[in-house]
Parts: sequence; C-alpha cells; structure tokens
Amino acid sequence: MFGQHFLILPVVLPLMAAPLCIIFGHRLFAWLLATLVSGLSFVISINLLLAALEQGVLSYAVGGWEAPWGIEVRLDAASAMVLSVVTGISTLVLIYAKASIETEIDTNQHTLFYTAHLLCLTGLSGILSTGDAFNLFVFLEISSLATYTLVSLASDKRCLTAAFRYLVMGTIGATFILIGVGMMYMQTGTLNMMDLADRIAEIGGSRTLNTGLAFILVGVSIKLALFPLHMWLPPAYTHAPSAVSAFLASTATKVAVYVMVRFIFTIYGAEYVFHTMGMDLILLLLAIVAIFKCSFMAMAQSNVKTVLAYSSVAQIGYMILGISLASAAGLMAGLLHVFNHALMKGALFMAVGAVLYRTGSVDIKAFRGLGKKMPFTMAAFVIAGMSIVGVPLTAGFVSKWYLVTAALEQQNWLVAFLILLGSLLAVIYIFRIIETAYLKKPIESAANKDIKEAPLLMLVPMWVLALANIYFGLDTSLSVAAAESTSNWLVFSTLSEGGVQ
Amino acid sequence: MNLWSALDPSQLINLTISVPLIGAAAVVLLARHPNWRETASITTAVILFTLVLAITEHTFNQVPMAVSWGSTLPNINIAFAVEPLGVLFALVASFLWIITTIYAIGYMRGHKERKQTRFFLCFALAISTVMAICFSANLLTLFIFYELLTLSTYPLVTHANTEAAKRGGRVYLGILLGTSVAFLLFAMVGTWVTAGTLDFTPGGVFNDTQSKGMVALLLVLFCYGIGKAALMPFHRWLPAAMVAPTPVSALLHAVAVVKAGVFSILKVVIYIFGIDNLGQIVTTDLMLYIAAATVLLASCVAMTKDNLKARLAYSTVSQLSYIIVGALLATSVAAAGASLHIVTHAVGKITLFFCAGAIMVACHKKNVSEMVGLGRQMPLTMIAFAIGAISIIGLPPMAGTWSKWYLVVGALEADKLIIVVVLTISSLLNVAYLLPLPIKAFFNALGEKQPPWSWSEVKEAPLLILIALAVTTSACLALFFNPQPVIELINLIPGVSTEITR
Repeated sequence: MFGQHFLILPVVLPLMAAPLCIIFGHRLFAWLLATLVSGLSFVISINLLLAALEQGVLSYAVGGWEAPWGIEVRLDAASAMVLSVVTGISTLVLIYAKASIETEIDTNQHTLFYTAHLLCLTGLSGILSTGDAFNLFVFLEISSLATYTLVSLASDKRCLTAAFRYLVMGTIGATFILIGVGMMYMQTGTLNMMDLADRIAEIGGSRTLNTGLAFILVGVSIKLALFPLHMWLPPAYTHAPSAVSAFLASTATKVAVYVMVRFIFTIYGAEYVFHTMGMDLILLLLAIVAIFKCSFMAMAQSNVKTVLAYSSVAQIGYMILGISLASAAGLMAGLLHVFNHALMKGALFMAVGAVLYRTGSVDIKAFRGLGKKMPFTMAAFVIAGMSIVGVPLTAGFVSKWYLVTAALEQQNWLVAFLILLGSLLAVIYIFRIIETAYLKKPIESAANKDIKEAPLLMLVPMWVLALANIYFGLDTSLSVAAAESTSNWLVFSTLSEGGVQ
Repeated sequence: MNLWSALDPSQLINLTISVPLIGAAAVVLLARHPNWRETASITTAVILFTLVLAITEHTFNQVPMAVSWGSTLPNINIAFAVEPLGVLFALVASFLWIITTIYAIGYMRGHKERKQTRFFLCFALAISTVMAICFSANLLTLFIFYELLTLSTYPLVTHANTEAAKRGGRVYLGILLGTSVAFLLFAMVGTWVTAGTLDFTPGGVFNDTQSKGMVALLLVLFCYGIGKAALMPFHRWLPAAMVAPTPVSALLHAVAVVKAGVFSILKVVIYIFGIDNLGQIVTTDLMLYIAAATVLLASCVAMTKDNLKARLAYSTVSQLSYIIVGALLATSVAAAGASLHIVTHAVGKITLFFCAGAIMVACHKKNVSEMVGLGRQMPLTMIAFAIGAISIIGLPPMAGTWSKWYLVVGALEADKLIIVVVLTISSLLNVAYLLPLPIKAFFNALGEKQPPWSWSEVKEAPLLILIALAVTTSACLALFFNPQPVIELINLIPGVSTEITR
C-alpha cells in the first residue's frame, strides 16, 4: 500500500545519500548509490504522478504539524509531472555520467560530483513538492548552490568564470525571490501557498503585493533564463561537464518555469497577474524576442554546446509564451513543452557529450564525418534534433501543435505565425550540425583515425531519451493527459478564487 | 483478376505502406549482393503495383476501405481511407516505380554511382511515404507523411556528396520544410480551430458559419504551404534538387514528390474547401492568377537554361501550375483535367528525364547545346525524347492532349478566357524549349555534308534504360488511344466530372 510518507521520499532519499557518497569516497560506490537513489525516487514519483492524476492533490504534513502552521508537502498533477521528469532525467544522466565524467572531471572529484548532483536533485524535488513559499526559496538555493559546484567541476578552467557568473546572477535572482516572499509575508502573515492564495484574493491587491510579485517574477526569470536575463546560461552550459549540462538543461530551468507557474497561477491568480498587472503582454514580448534572438545566436556559434545552450533559451521562450497566453490551452502547451523539451535537450547534450568523450572537442569542426564514425550517437542526435525542429511523429511536434492551437484559439494569428517561424530557425541551427556530421569529410589526422562509437553506458541513456522523443510523439495520451489535468486544475483553482473575489 | 481477393480490402492499405518498407529492409540485408538486392527492389515494386491494382478494382466496385492507426493527438487519428483521387496517384507512382527501378539499375551501374544500397533504400522509403500520402484520410496524416517524404528524399538529393549537392540539399530542405512548417502547419491548425475537423470530407469542411476572411487566408496558406507544388516564388527547390542522380529526378522530382504536392492541393481543394464553395472564396482568383503567371514565367525561364535537367525542372514547375490552375478554376471539368494531368504529365516528363539520364550515361553530356547531331549516336533515345516532348506540349497522338483538352474546356466553362490564352501561349513556349533538342539532334542545321549514317555510330544507353524508355513512351501513346479507364476513375471523385454540367 501507499504510505503517505512516500510523498517526502524523493526529497529525503537524495539528501541522505549525498553525504554518504563523499564520506565513503569510493567512486564506483558513489555512482551505484546515486543511481540507485535517483532511480528509486523516479519510481516513487511515477507512482505519485498516477496517484495525483487520480486524486487531484496529495498532501503531507511534515512532522505531523498541520498546515498552515507546519510545513506542508503538497503534490498535484503539475508538480508530480515535473518531478517525474526531473528524477527520470537525473537517473539517466547518472548512468551516463560514469563514463562521461572520466574525461571531463578530475578523478579525485568524482565523488564530489555525485554528492553535488544528489544535492541538486534534493533541491529540485524539494521545490516541486513543497507547499510553502519560503521553503521553496530554501530548496531553490540548495539546488542552485549545488549547481554552481557542478558547473565549476569541469577540468576546463573556463568553467570557473562561467560558474562565478552564474553564481552572481543566480544569487541576485534568489535575493529577489526572497524579497518578494518577504513582502508577501508582510502583507498576509502566512507562507503556506494555499493560505497565501486565499488571503491575496481577499486583499485583492495592494502596492506591497504588487512589488512583491515584481520581485518574484524578475527573480524567477533570472533562474529560468528568460531573455534578457539569460546571459549566465550559455557560458554555464558550454563549460560545464556534459553530464551536468544535460541534467541542468532538462531539469533546472524547467523547475524554474514550474516555480513561475506556481506563483502566477496558484498564489497570485492568473486573473490578477495577467489582467490587473498586465504581465501577459510583457511575458509574451520577452518570449518572442527570446525565441528569435537566441535562435539567431544559436546559428552563429561554432561551439555545439553553445548552440544547444542558446537553443535552450529560445525554447524556454516557447514555454513562457504558452504561459503568457493566459488560457488553459496555453498553459497546457507550455507545460507540455517543459516535458518534451526535457527529453530533447537531454538527448542532444548527451550526444554532444559523447562526441566530446571521443574527440575531445565540441567545436562544429570536430563533428565532420562523425555520421560514419559514431553512427549511433549521431542518429540519436538527429532524432532529438528533429524533435527540436518539430517534425511530425516526434514530441516536439506535439508541443508545437498545442502552442499554435492555443494561439489560434485566441485569434492570435501573428503569435501563431511567429511560433512557426521560430521553429524554422531551429531547422537552420540543427541541420548545420547534421550536415557537418554526415556530408563533410573528416579532417585526416592520426588522432581522428581511431574515433569510435561511444561506450554503451553513454549510448543507452541517450537512446532511451531519443526513443522517448518518438514515443511521446506517437502516444501523447500520458503527457497530454498530465499537462491537461494540470492546467485545468491550475486555471480552475484560480478561477474559483476569482469567484471569491 | 484480383491476386489479393483473399484479404480484407482495408488491409490492402496497410500492405501498400508496409510492402515498400519490407522491400527497404530486404535491400539493406542484401547490400552485399547487388543482383539480389536489385531483384528485391523490383519484386517489391511489382508486388506493390498488384496491391494498388487490387485497391483500384475495389474502388470501382465501391468497396469502402479505411484503416486507423490510432491517435497521436486527441480527436485526430492517423487514419487512411481510399478515395479515387488517391488511387489515381497511387497507380501512377507504383507503376512508374517499377519502371524507374529497372531504369535506375541501368543508370546507377552504367554511371558507377556510389552508395547504391543507400540509394535503393531511400527510394523504397520514399515510395512508402507516397503511398501513405495517397491514402491519408485527414490533413494531419497527410502532413506527417508529407514531411517524412521530404526527409527521406533529402539523402537522395545530396547523394553525390559534392559541394553543389550540399547546396542543393540545403535549398531543398530549407524551402520544403520552411513552407510546410510556416504555412501548411499553420493552415492545418487554422482549419482545425475554424472547422473543428481535419477529415477529408466530400464537399468540404467549411460552411457559411465560418468567417470568410479566415477561409480566404487559409486557401492562400495551403497553396503556399504545399511547397512541393512549386508555386512561384517557392519553386527554387525543384531546380536545386536536380543535382540528384537522374532516376531520382525522374521518379521523385517529376512524379512522386512534385505530384505529392499537387495531389495535396487537389485533395485540399476537393475535400477541405469543396469545389462548389471554392468560387465564393475571394482569394481563389488571386491564387489562380499566381498559378497562371507561374505557368508562363517558368516556361520562359526554361528557355534560358542550357543544362537539360534544369530546363526540364523549370518545365515541371510550369506544368505543376497547370494542375493548380485546374484545381482553382473551381469547375468539375477543370478539376478532372487537373487530375488527368497528374497522370499524363507523369508519363511524359519521366520519359524526358529518362532520356536526359541516358544521354548522361552514354555520352556524358549535360547541356542542350552539346547535343546537336546526337540523333546519329542515340536515335532511340532521341525518338523517345520527341514523343515525350509532344506529350508534354499536348499534341495528338500523345497522352498530354486529353488533360490539356479538359483544362481548356474547364477554363471556358468558368468563363476565364484569359486562362485559355495562358494555356495556349504556354503550349507554344513548350514547343520552343522542348522540340529544338530532338530536331537539332536529327537534322544538322548547318547543312554540312556528313558521311552517311551507319549502325557503327550508334552508342546507345544500356539495355535496361532503353527498356524503361520503351515502356514510358508506349504509355504516352496508349493513354491517348485509351484514356477511358483513367477517366472513369476520375469521374468517381466526388464533385469532379469530365461531363459539362450545364
């Protein structure tokens, strides 16, 4: 049977395992433990997701103290869905990491990597399962601090400046969120999200609350790398170890998007944020600029990891665009893209990591002729790349379909057209790489001769994600149902509160 | 005679899609034994053709055939259903696949091309997607396989792996993916949001309750979104695709891919907008005149091209717009003419491409200006070229006559004299850019004294190529003398008829 304590396990398990990794200091043990714990969390999250789809909301009072006095752990379909994505990707990345970090991280720091990874997972799971606004900030900081460590672990020294930049920006973001949460507390006297929602609806807006919202939105926008606050992201993803890039690109920013959805839809209420405060237009404009500007930036890069990093910022634009449409369909499209984009970017970064592992470079020149030398890696890259472009039968097509439908539902022809135009830019930056891999002749040199296929431990997780891209492009029942019930639930809850107002 | 009568008719659809896939697998497995590999290709092609014949017979007997593969998006299935227009296209594509395979063996070996396994593999994959396009029951299914067709032919376009091939491939992919994502997907979602259905419905899915402006915009989006129809100014991919080996140009870029484009337009016009409603849409005339302009402009460009394949490519652009014109004239006769033109242009143009390839293999000549006097060396090829050219121009006794006939009748019925004028001028332009080649090949204009012709001069293409040429030229003739079966099939299409209704 399902004990209610299961709810908190995805947070507690990695937290307990993290110190063990570094205490025992044995690389293989740390890897096994981390993977096991992460896998276990994944299984639990899937069960939680199914339970949440059935029951609506799962709630658990930490230490037996009832909300709003105690800390409430609260999972609904939205958080359970993102939680499953995060733990699932984490497990795959950990399997992948064993081989990948051999060349990218100093051997004596491997246990540190697993510890930091588990701490990051703790933080992300915590954000997703907490029902308390301040707690959310704490977990956000746990995950962010672990992330700075992860980024700085690479043996390439440029990662240090990238990590530092990330640290500065991330801390500013965190501070903003803290200030915002503080203002909410000042005005309402509570930190429990449900309680907050009720009281904010009662108050119906005040200058303090507005300022708090502004601080929170800016802070979260930094964390999720919304244009123009994205400048930390490309260097961080470029210079971090590939396993870290794969993990962060498909989870950390997604969780930040989730935080934004939480604050907008659950706490403040869509009506208030979008109509009274007029955030929809601001977010919409930023999202569109993000899509175009960063896609163009992605085209101009020669480092493939930077290409993917800029593409991530552009794709985040799609998610925010979906949210900014301020409708159930738009929110659902945005959340669906959170899920689908995790699958594609995870696979792409893994493929690039495998190339780095074999060739020692991620410059586009290193990709010449790889279509022949690393056929499986490049095939996975092609599949995930098609998904980014939004070719039918891949997950990317499904998100695009829902985004465009959501835009057209509101007769927003221009936005719909811009969404599609943006995906054309993805065609260019993805095919540039594919063309290099398959059609350009490799540079003949002694070092290039013995490039061979990536090890199995890297290929398997990569292909799991690549095939997931196709699976969720064909069978959308699970992902769409999850996103749909999530968005309906969120919008419904805000509407009912609007009724009270 | 029905070889497949034991099977449930609906299963035939699944078979037409899966048989080429099985053939593709066989091609890969037999990669080390070229002769067996080619046998597998031909066998698959023949099996596929018998399947399509069986479907045709069921269509004449009015047996409904439909299958569904389940849904990817809620409320929209990936589904297939047989209707006469799709059968027509499937017949053309599957029949010409057999011929092209025979031709391709001769060509690829004669030309000593590289990576022949990949070539035959992609070829089979492309045909499988074409079959899926033929029988798709809704726009989403059509769109999915339309995109897959683009992707599966990309390796064929870049087959030569030269700088030019890469550039061609980029243009090919850029325009085809670009238009389909920016316009076609857009139009499809627009249809979904407006009409609430994507199913191909006889008579169309729109009615009076929908906003006129929306429907008008959708028509424009569909016409440009289906980039494979090569309506100007999105036609550049077709000349760019000519860097591919000639069998690819012949089957894919004179038949399967481009016809998938105009077929999609016809299908959208007949089953999404409805021929009767088309006349009330304000943008119909606009698109009609753009198509008419494409007919003339592309013919003019074709005249300036010295490279034979480029000339044929522009000729194809022009001929495709005939079909678009036919579809947009919004009369049942014109639509019948357009449908018939899919068939007649296919056999005519594939003959011309086969000839171009034969000349390349036997004499290594690409440019029209080098082909003066070539009739002495390649008399059979040049006769075939002349026959194909006459069919394209639309003169008796070749197949092209009938489709042009119905197009002109349709234009008259729609009271669009200007279109009749355009069609006439275009025929004259066809004469100007196609006929000089066989004429100069046989008659030396300079009047120099030449030694009498003897058999020893003949340097014809490989036998397999000649066999393929013989089949397509006889098809050009046969369709003139006996177009009845095809016309009967066309008359089964709802709203389309060769009878003048007045």
